[in-house]
Amino acid sequence: MHEQSIVQSILALALKNAEKANARRIVGINLVVGDYTGVQEDAVNFYFGFLSKNTIAAGAKINYTHVPGQLRCRDCDILFPLQKHDYQCPKCDGNRIEIVGGRELYIENMDVE
Amino acid sequence: MTVKTLTVKENILGANKEKAEKNRKLLDSHHVLMINVMSSSGSGKTSLITRTIQQFRDRYRIAVIEGNIAPSIDAETITRNNVLAIQLNTAGGCHLDAQMIRKALDALDLDQTDLIFIENIGNLVCTADFDLGAHKNAVILSIPEGDDKPHKYPVMFVEADVVLVNKIDVLPHFDFNLDTFPGIISGLNPSARVFPVSAKTGEGLDRWFSWIQERLN
Repeated sequence: MHEQSIVQSILALALKNAEKANARRIVGINLVVGDYTGVQEDAVNFYFGFLSKNTIAAGAKINYTHVPGQLRCRDCDILFPLQKHDYQCPKCDGNRIEIVGGRELYIENMDVE
Repeated sequence: MTVKTLTVKENILGANKEKAEKNRKLLDSHHVLMINVMSSSGSGKTSLITRTIQQFRDRYRIAVIEGNIAPSIDAETITRNNVLAIQLNTAGGCHLDAQMIRKALDALDLDQTDLIFIENIGNLVCTADFDLGAHKNAVILSIPEGDDKPHKYPVMFVEADVVLVNKIDVLPHFDFNLDTFPGIISGLNPSARVFPVSAKTGEGLDRWFSWIQERLN
């Protein structure tokens, strides 16, 4: 359900950029997806295949670069990766933790003809 | 045909964000405060909004934008309190977006409105990723859901301006630690306020009402 509207946005953004560049066909779309977004590849591929029919993006391959969750201790100022649901600083054991990475959701670039 | 690479670097939710900013500007130009209420299903969104309406309806003109996966009794509950309710049916979608809210705002007479509540879809997962153009986000977590939810669904709590811990009347029956809970929230989101409340008994609601009142002044 969630992915349907995400894919609509991906497609709109891709078509807009392709049109600006006078591209005739979109071959590939390189997506950057943070783990916090919960965006599922299979669901995106499914909806993309369906929604891109009859557009210049039909048949385009979506490539995914996943960004893991990254956290920062507000007290120690150290960075550490998200593991399970553990929001505790590995250095001071404190829980004053800021999410600094993993919420990305953007098109890095795309391959067009 | 040669293939070339186009740099895009554009956020997928960028268009939604732009529409959300337009919604906020529209509301500001009519001096309307809009609060987005998010929570999982069954945490007491309708009850809390209804109690809040009863508190403010004599002094302010209130509307509620109802997001529901399917038409429900929620809009009827709210309409019984003489408040305008706009029902958005997302036909199975799990979140609201700024465009849907714009349609609802267009259906309201904003010059005759002071305060709008959005009752978002019952879902702690993705609703927080979509800026709707509200001025403030209120997240409700009820005691039976457990105090581990901020670490399971951190994005929701990071986006919150207020966390209402609802159903404190049943606290003795659950393992929810209300003493340590505010520290969990402030660890993730130091600027969020935490108000333990019971929409049923009214306990604690005065702080929530004062918080809204400060933003209406």
